[in-house]
Amino acid sequence: MARPPARHPGARAEAIAAWLLALPALLLMWAMLLGPAVAVLLLSFTDWSLGEPEMSWAGLGNYLQLADDPVFWQSLRNTLIYVGVSVPATVGLGLGAALLVESVGRGRAFYRAAYFLPVASTLLAMALVWEFMFHPTVGFVTQTFRALGLPTTDWLQDPDTALLALAVIGIWQNLGLAMVLFVAGLQGIPRDLYEALAMDGADGAWERFRRVTWPMLGPALVFVVAIIAIRSFQVFDTVAVLTEGGPNKATEVLLHTMVQEGFRFLRTAYGAAITVIFLIFTLAVTVAQTVLLDRRAHYG
Amino acid sequence: MADRLGPLLRHALLLLGAAVMLAPFVLMLSLSLKPPAEIFAPEFRLLPVQWAAVENYTAAFTKVPLARFLLNGFIVTFCIFAAQAVTALPMAYALAKLRWHGRDTAFLLVLAALLVPPQVPAIPLYIALWQLDLLNTYAAVILPSTISVFGIFLMRQFFRTVPDDLIAAARMDGLGEFAIVWRIMLPTAAPALAAFGCLSFIWNWNEFFWPYIAVQSEQLMTPPLGIAFFSDTEAGTSWGPLMAAATVTTAPLVLAFLLAQRAFVRGVTMTGIK
Repeated sequence: MARPPARHPGARAEAIAAWLLALPALLLMWAMLLGPAVAVLLLSFTDWSLGEPEMSWAGLGNYLQLADDPVFWQSLRNTLIYVGVSVPATVGLGLGAALLVESVGRGRAFYRAAYFLPVASTLLAMALVWEFMFHPTVGFVTQTFRALGLPTTDWLQDPDTALLALAVIGIWQNLGLAMVLFVAGLQGIPRDLYEALAMDGADGAWERFRRVTWPMLGPALVFVVAIIAIRSFQVFDTVAVLTEGGPNKATEVLLHTMVQEGFRFLRTAYGAAITVIFLIFTLAVTVAQTVLLDRRAHYG
Repeated sequence: MADRLGPLLRHALLLLGAAVMLAPFVLMLSLSLKPPAEIFAPEFRLLPVQWAAVENYTAAFTKVPLARFLLNGFIVTFCIFAAQAVTALPMAYALAKLRWHGRDTAFLLVLAALLVPPQVPAIPLYIALWQLDLLNTYAAVILPSTISVFGIFLMRQFFRTVPDDLIAAARMDGLGEFAIVWRIMLPTAAPALAAFGCLSFIWNWNEFFWPYIAVQSEQLMTPPLGIAFFSDTEAGTSWGPLMAAATVTTAPLVLAFLLAQRAFVRGVTMTGIK
């Protein structure tokens, strides 16, 4: 296997070696991710149900049916509300926590571990603990509300609060991730910018935040919003184990509807169409992220 | 903005936040030690008056095959990581250090695959496994996760920082590209691979969506699926044993996280902000 020092004779061998090295991963990538993603798209234009011998083209049939399906609209609306509530809350609290953690000298490691622990823990197990936290009589949440003189309810069984309760669990789980990403962003801000600002005579904390931290954090902010939004669109575990989409479809979300249709009712093609809608939303987040970051790069 | 608040106030805020973040973990442990009567006592106590730890943890291991769930969790996460590492390392090396036609296309494919959420392939994979008669087996749980485009991306970024001289020297010594991957790149990549290993372990241990679809048999359930099954059969009546099971399931992760915290956080941040 001795390699001649001249580049050209080796180039061919290098290319062959590269292909051989990349081949297993490329094959698996097509078999497990890209191929199935294409298949889902194609399947969504058919009328197939799992187990049926025949499959025929249905054009936009499934999508027209979705447009007429009140459960789908409810599910989409719930997903958007869930994302709309949890993203600003997670990002805002995560940024606050990151600024605070970066501003204290001692205890950073402890705070970081404490805030990040929920990201690493088994959401399904923790969801059951949250079910107890939301217990209508002895739960921490209920007791706190009572102590503050606020009205309480059976949070997860009340159609008005169930989705919000799930969003709270989502915020709790992802906050640490947002914080850690913001800390990395904060540490990337060059110290001299603050020093330059101080030379200008403007070194108040608010000025520092407004004129250096916030603009410099822009790319990190866009990135964190995108990551948290994509994770929020994927909400499923808490719904499946705590509410099963109820009460009265109040917590029906896209992935849960997809699993119900595609796997429980075996309406495979219909489930595929819901998957495509779900994919479009997550891709839209990425496109928005790319556009925002590009514009910043050019004009920011 | 944070600077104006006194250090004491900042710590107070952070501690309050930490208390909220940790409360579910404390509650889980506390409930796992209590008998039913104390669980629903109107006033919360951290420790039980009458300890029921032995009863709860025994019940968790006997009412459902919890030990089996844990074993399944280790089998599945180990096989997945082994497959991910064996496929990702060579490809990452080829992408980072070798010149070949198709390299840019291959990297674009990796980036495209990164955009596909893991739930999207579920229906076609289910159909394929059904046709191969593989549903409800270990293979069904493991196969879809054997490739990690995230891992390829992470390792490629890392390999790009490895000096070319090191590889050139290895070639001078007569090593082929395959030997270079396993004898030169693997040892230098150990820290990055460890970070990826932690992430892979945590993600796949916690994965619920796919096992929930692909597995029905109790004998094959991974820990999250087993907990959901336990919760379902008990219908929320026996909180003590359920919380004991939740504690046992979460413990390996918390330990892994605390041991490898730095690597873990580095892995998360490295891929995004760089």
